Amino acid sequence: MGDIQNPSETSHYVTDAYYSDLMAAFTGWDDTDRLCLDPVVQGRAYALLYQEARYLDQGQFKKWLDLFAPQCAYWIPGTWNRGDPRREITFAFHDRRQLEDRVYRLETGYAWSQQPASRTSRLVSNIEIFRTDQADVFMIRSNFHMTEFWNGESRPWAGYTVHRVQQIDAAGFQIMAKQVNLLNCDQNIRNPSVTL
Amino acid sequence: MPDFDFEALIHEEKVHRSLYTDPDIFALELTRIFGATWVYLAHESQIPNPFDFFQTKLGLRPIIVTRDGDNQIHALYNRCTHRGATVCRQAKGSTRSFRCPYHGWSYSIAGDLAGVPWREGYARNHKEDNRFNLARISRVDSYRGFIFGTLNLEAAPLVQHLAGIRKPIDDWLDRHPGGKIAVCEANRMKFKGNWKLAYDNSADGYHVIFSHRSLLMMENRFSPDDEKGMSFYKQHPDDGPIRVHYYGNGHHFKDKRPTLANHPGALWQIEGKHPGMEGYEAELREKYGKDADYYLDLAAGIPMNINVFPNLLILGNHIQVLEPLSHTETATTWYGTAVVDEENALNGAVDAINALRMRTQEQFPLFGEVDDLTNFEEIQVGLGAEEDPWVYMDRGLGLPDRFTEQDGVISGPATDEVFMREYMKHYKTLMMANPTLSISRGGEN
Ligand code: FES
Ligand SMILES: [Fe+2]
Repeated sequence: MGDIQNPSETSHYVTDAYYSDLMAAFTGWDDTDRLCLDPVVQGRAYALLYQEARYLDQGQFKKWLDLFAPQCAYWIPGTWNRGDPRREITFAFHDRRQLEDRVYRLETGYAWSQQPASRTSRLVSNIEIFRTDQADVFMIRSNFHMTEFWNGESRPWAGYTVHRVQQIDAAGFQIMAKQVNLLNCDQNIRNPSVTL
Repeated sequence: MPDFDFEALIHEEKVHRSLYTDPDIFALELTRIFGATWVYLAHESQIPNPFDFFQTKLGLRPIIVTRDGDNQIHALYNRCTHRGATVCRQAKGSTRSFRCPYHGWSYSIAGDLAGVPWREGYARNHKEDNRFNLARISRVDSYRGFIFGTLNLEAAPLVQHLAGIRKPIDDWLDRHPGGKIAVCEANRMKFKGNWKLAYDNSADGYHVIFSHRSLLMMENRFSPDDEKGMSFYKQHPDDGPIRVHYYGNGHHFKDKRPTLANHPGALWQIEGKHPGMEGYEAELREKYGKDADYYLDLAAGIPMNINVFPNLLILGNHIQVLEPLSHTETATTWYGTAVVDEENALNGAVDAINALRMRTQEQFPLFGEVDDLTNFEEIQVGLGAEEDPWVYMDRGLGLPDRFTEQDGVISGPATDEVFMREYMKHYKTLMMANPTLSISRGGEN
């Protein structure tokens, strides 16, 4: 069962080597010397981040999934110093299949924690782009502030996000990995079922 | 504070809403439950080395669990004996002493007063008696790494108190090399509801296919015939081999292991889909051949559900800890556990096992527990209805064929509320007793 080539169905690519590469990619990337001020690259990066925020705010999860590469990681560390996800429990660590699981579950209509769904409004700012050793791969750091309204309560979610993106065509970037660093990642949080 | 007629509030088949809604009952629980009975505080792997500490709570009391230089474990009140400031403000760490940030009093890792700045300004010598040592939980004891504490000098010894629930705990530990695990961070949640709503749920087999419907659909979206995870609840679960066992003192155990096939790899086979499964499995099988089945089982959740009243819920590979915050708010922390392999019994596979095991543990809190927590919150809302006060828990009651009772252990089918009835009886006993609670100050030296 499951097409071995299709990361929506199987998880062959998340190996020890994949984690090692991911850890390396998310270490020491934010060197000011690597800042990319190319307006074309900036334009693509801003477009991606705003589009992503809009899709999530609008609950267009399928379109949101399309922004990710077939072999991707979605990572919300559960510690502020971001330990190795092979050795510690994270707030969330999804591969492609589990990202699709997340969306599938939300769309069943029986995910009581999102029934009714959270209303969200995301502000994304302080966007900085960093070059990597690969010409077509960039790291994008941004701050976010999201207000979530759910079950009678409005509450803030805040932190910074790091997107590892690859240029796939002239039109833009694809997300290879998204790391969301929540200010309160190591605290007990009411209903953490909203998608960040 | 008013006392309550708990006989009128807790019946065989129902309990009164005020158990969940009355702040005065909550205040009583903080002494009569979270004080007078053994309460889980921490796991020894959270303070592995001398001079390590970890912050926790006993009810609302801020507690630092420490390991001193002689490997003695202490549970200190995080409360300066001068004017009451907390002396420790880090969640965990390692230190030789705690120095109060307000006026600089300092204490040893065992809680003894070590220094008072400018002491010539005092008529007394604070170190002359022990009253200025940090208060400590008078009785602290561990069972196989699980640290408990109570302020009740009359409480039975811990092993006696745990009684029959020790056997499932032993089984749960003994499937690991060396019979131990280590705690490794957590999924941390809270809900706007009374802490007992979570304990009422702890062995509840009745809610599974309803409350977790979205997760069950998700888990089986690829394989309608080869069912994963909690699917065994889908058929008539009471006719199956899953039973819930009540051991007394509020402790109970839902044993889902009888549904397992009896061969290595059986656990892994029913595990849901998690990141890295296929990749790691292929690597382990290539490297270890037949042993890989045993290793993969260690990465899979064990279908055991061990509930130690009032706040320790071992579920799958998780150590879930309940922390009451108020009568209408509760924190629930799902600590992950990792395999430790000091003797290299696993031939170097331990890191791969743990990499998988982290992922197998994250799914349920994220995609399952959140829905239960929402239902707990909605019960709390529903119980705002004063004129309709009863919460029923009589599933299985009056149907004697559903139960067995042997050596004081009551066993019933998976969906029966027998565990809730029985723990509520114990709760009533505790709430009607009023034992003297006492701290100690150590300082024998
Ligand atoms: S309150 Fe701690 S030294 Fe004063
Ligand atoms: Fe549940």
